[in-house]
Parts: sequence; structure tokens; C-alpha cells
Amino acid sequence: MTMDRTQQLEAYRRMVRIRRFEEEGTRLFTGGRIPGAYHSSIGQEATIVGACLALRANDSMTGTHRSHGHPIGKGADLRGLMAELMGKETGVCRGRGGSMHLADHSVGIIGESAIVGGGIPLATGVGLSAKVRGTGQVCLCFFGDGAVNQGTFHESLNMASLWKLPVIYLCENNGYAITTSLQSSHGQPSVAARAAAYGLLGVAVDGQDIDAVFDAASQAVTRARGGLGATLIEAKTYRFDEHEVGLVIPGKPYRPAAEVEHYRAERDPIVLFRSKLLASGAAASNLDSIDAEVQEAVVDAVRFAEVSQSPDPKSLYDYLYSRPINQSSWAL
Amino acid sequence: MATTRISYLDALVQAQIEEMERDPNVILMGEDIAVYGSGDLVERFGSNRIWPMPISEASFTGVGIGAAISGLRPIVDINIASFMYLASDQIVNQAAKLRYMTGGHVQVPIVFRVCMFYGVSIAAQHSDRPYPQFMNVPGLKILCPTTPADIKGLLKSAVRDDDPVIIFEDSKLWTVKGDVSSDLDALVPIGRADVKRVGTDVTVLAIGGAMRAALEAADALAKEGISVEVVDPRTLKPLDFETIIASVVKTGRLVLVENAHRRVNASSEIAAIICEHAFDSLRKPIIRLTAPDVHVPFSPALENAMYPKCDDVVAAVKRML
Repeated sequence: MTMDRTQQLEAYRRMVRIRRFEEEGTRLFTGGRIPGAYHSSIGQEATIVGACLALRANDSMTGTHRSHGHPIGKGADLRGLMAELMGKETGVCRGRGGSMHLADHSVGIIGESAIVGGGIPLATGVGLSAKVRGTGQVCLCFFGDGAVNQGTFHESLNMASLWKLPVIYLCENNGYAITTSLQSSHGQPSVAARAAAYGLLGVAVDGQDIDAVFDAASQAVTRARGGLGATLIEAKTYRFDEHEVGLVIPGKPYRPAAEVEHYRAERDPIVLFRSKLLASGAAASNLDSIDAEVQEAVVDAVRFAEVSQSPDPKSLYDYLYSRPINQSSWAL
Repeated sequence: MATTRISYLDALVQAQIEEMERDPNVILMGEDIAVYGSGDLVERFGSNRIWPMPISEASFTGVGIGAAISGLRPIVDINIASFMYLASDQIVNQAAKLRYMTGGHVQVPIVFRVCMFYGVSIAAQHSDRPYPQFMNVPGLKILCPTTPADIKGLLKSAVRDDDPVIIFEDSKLWTVKGDVSSDLDALVPIGRADVKRVGTDVTVLAIGGAMRAALEAADALAKEGISVEVVDPRTLKPLDFETIIASVVKTGRLVLVENAHRRVNASSEIAAIICEHAFDSLRKPIIRLTAPDVHVPFSPALENAMYPKCDDVVAAVKRML
């Protein structure tokens, strides 16, 4: 399945939104204005946006610790995301989640799990719920190559196969779980090949090519909505930055500098897509105005986040339970 | 409203069926549930509501949580309490935390049923009473009912609650009979303790299966003219400290009885709270009767001696007077 021109421009817009948001976030984090740890999605934009665009607005998603791209890919407003990164009350999680958990519920994200593989059963359960309730919704489940070696991957894919659940399991295979390469941790180096063991369809695509990801994800969504069950998609992608911004890994480099350079110079998903769009007749001025509009949205989001209030320390217990529990029990 | 006299186990099954009939979003998930324990459930509710699970505790727990977030109210039967360790990442890192970590945007209305089997020679890997570990997790609600009316009313409350609730059933109580309301909406509130016997001399607080020993002891002591107040917290998280403190203030003496291991169990916490907030009321030091800090052995000769008995409670109460 291919995108029409409107979808292509929206895809470009969302990819650039992720890139600019992450660049600005990295700058703010390095300058001490964002607390915690910062895992950037730069380099993985085509995988994220290609998969998200195959969904409907009311479809659900689960993600990972590398969580900033997912909501933007699904269409989230940038203001609440940036405010969350700064720990503000106006953040999408009211400052209780932060960088590794940028779950914007308003666009259908039910959780961004910083426990590797932790979101896979949740997505499977969302699929089960959609099937029980007959809603026709699907769930897109993002996870990394490291998560494939968790038991939850095995157990969940077995259940999804058994009950033909409407779930799209999308592995953002960027080749490294922090410093552990896929080659040094996977007995079966093809993630897609693992699907066969569960009786599922497994597809490997170039994760730097948004058309390839969109096509595979759209077919998976069609199968899921049609009652044919889950699909495992392995999108081969690359993270341009370190596992975390500013992380200094001691000893011998775990990935060659030339490899990083190659991806940055030759395999940048936004550069590749922009060239493709121009070659297919899109006007450069259109793309430039998207760039400018995104730049403005990022500046606006930062401004919004910076003037937003931090949570009141008195609200520490808020959102722990659905209704406040007898207050004296806290004091006790 | 009429009552019927039924067992703890039947009350539990009845609550489950009534809640499933009341709300089509309630589903049941767990290993072997289509065959055991709940009688003709698939025929009654259909395979869309009854989900027999493969042996995948770590993930089917999470599947239940995902279903709860997206509109259903699953009852997940984890069966033997010792299996909770396999499922604990999903219970602790997902179910307990998601509402908080999303600033209240996500809710997780799920019930985990776990049964504590012990005292029946099934050895250490099937005999744990692991509620103390989970009491240390914010965001969970933890129930440990001891009567048919309480397990029915509390299970119903749990299904209707918007937070994750763990019900620790106690197999030692399965055969206990009691009057249970026929009112479909008879609920027992979560977070409220119950005074099972009113008394004046000593407070005996008992948890789960230890309630049997406590009540037997109260009966025996009554014959000797000693008035024991028996308190059942029913909910371990959030604990109803008001009721517990009020009883200790009245009697000035507290014996805590439970079958969990001694180190950092529910009694430890309750004793600490009493020392912090009702120390001046204590006329004698608190006594804790618990299982020792050793694994549950297979041999009946070893295991039978592990848990507090009626005689132990009687002796403890007498030491206080």
C-alpha cells in the first residue's frame, strides 16, 4: 500500500517534528533544563511515522523507554510533550512520567514502558479487549531488538497467534541494546523469522524507508482488522545518537564510528524521504514551509513548557488511586 | 434481604458469576479455569468472556492489564500465590504504576485472584503467603477476607473498583461456612476492618487463615472469663488503622496472628503503627505469632509446627494478663 500526496506530506511533517523536537530536547537536556535521562529517537523517524500513519486515530499504541517519537508519530501536540520532559504539571503525564514514559493518552497511547518488553503483554491485552468488545480497533506495539529476548515477547506472540488478536508487533531493530549488539545476543539474527515459530506472519523491512514501513504496517493493520490476527514487523533502523544523550561508554567502542557516520550521511530517513518527494514532483517550497511551521511549533512548545508550573508538592499522592484514600492512613 | 448459608469457596464463585452477569465487561482469565472451580462457566458466558490461559503468568497478567486499560474489567486468576513472582513485574511495574505515571490518564480496573495453599505438604514452591511483599507497593489494593460474606462482598467491590486489587484467598478457609446476603449489590467496602468478636481484655488481630486459630482461642478463653476482641483487617492495603487503634486503646493489649513469615510481614507494620500512635495505650508489649523465617518444608512433621495454633494464641493472651 502506498501513501497519497496528502499522506506523504503529513508523513514528512511528523518525521520533521520528531527530529526538531529531539534536537531541541537534546539541547535543553544538555543545558540542564530537562532532568533525568534523555533517549533520542533521531534516526528512527521513518519506522515510527510509517507505522503510526497506518493506524486510525482511535487505534491504540504501546511504546518503550525511547518514547518521544511515538506520540509525535501518532499526531500528538508538542506542548504537552515538552512540558512533560521538563516535569511540569501541564505535561501529558502531569510531570509524573517524564522522558522514558511520554505516553500521550489523547492520541491512544496506553503506556510507554521503560521495562524492556514490559509493553508487549499490555498491547496484547488491548488487542484482546478490542476483540472481546468488537470495536474493530488495532494496537500497534513498539519494542526494540533487546525486547525480543524477553519472555514476554515469546509468551505474548503465542497468545496473539492462538486467539488471532488485532496487534501489530513492530520491532524497532536499531541493532544495539545499549551496547549489546544483536549479533552477540540473538541466536536467530532475524527477528522476523521468529514469527514462524508462533504461526504468525513475519516481515522484515528497511526501517529507514518510510514507504516500506507504511506498506508493511498497512497490510498488517488490514489483516488485523479483517480477523486474520497479528503480524510481526522487523524494521531495520539505526539510532544516530548514543543510547542516552551524554552517555559516555568506557572502553572500546561497541559500534564502529564509520558505521554511525554511514547511517548519518547515507541513511538519514528524512533526507531519503525528502529526496524521494522532490523526485516525485513535490514542491520544495511546500516542504520548506513544513520545516518552518515545525520549527515554530517546537519553539512554541518550549515556551509553553518553560512558563508552565511545576506540580505542587502537596499533590504528591494525586493519581495514585482512583479516589483519594482515607487521608489519615497516609500520615500513619 | 434474605441470606443463605454457604462456604467461603462457594461465596467466591457466586460473587464472580453475579458480577459477570451484572457487567458484560467483566471477563475471567486464568489457567485451567474452563474446567476447574467455577462450574460450566464457558457454557454460561461464552468463550469471549472466559479465557483459559497458557502457562505464561508473566504475560497473561499483562494481557489482563492491557485489557483493563482498554475498557474491560478482568478477573485474573493467578491460582497459586507462589506463581505471583512470575507475574510480579506486570503487577508492580505496570498495574500498580500506570495510573500514577500517566498523571491519572490511564486506569487499571483489574482483580488478581491468588490462593494461598499451605499446610498440605506441597512444599516451599507452592506454599507461600506473599502478601507482605505486595503491601510495600504503592498503588495496589490488597484484600485478605476470612468469611464467606466478606469474600463475596469484597470480591464484588474489587470488580467494581477502578484500581488494581489483589485478593489473597486462603485455602484454609475454603470450607468455612457463613451467612451470605442474596442482595446482588451487597458490597463490603475496601479499606474497612471488622471486629469479629467484641471484647475488653485483649485485642487479637488475625489475618487470613490465622483467623480460625484466633476465633477458637477467643471461644476457649471466654469459657475462662477472658474477654478477647478479635479484629479482622480484611483489607491489608489500605489498612484501617482507626479500627485497629480504637481496639488497642480499649484493651491495652495486642496479639498479632498471621501465617506469613516473620520478617517484615503485615504484623510488623501494624505493630510499628501501634507503637508510633498508640504506645501510651499499651499495657504490655505487643506479641506477634507468625510462621518462622524459614521455608515451608514438605514433611508434615515439620510443616504442622510452623503456623500459630489456637493453643499458641491462648498462651499469648494469658501471658499478657
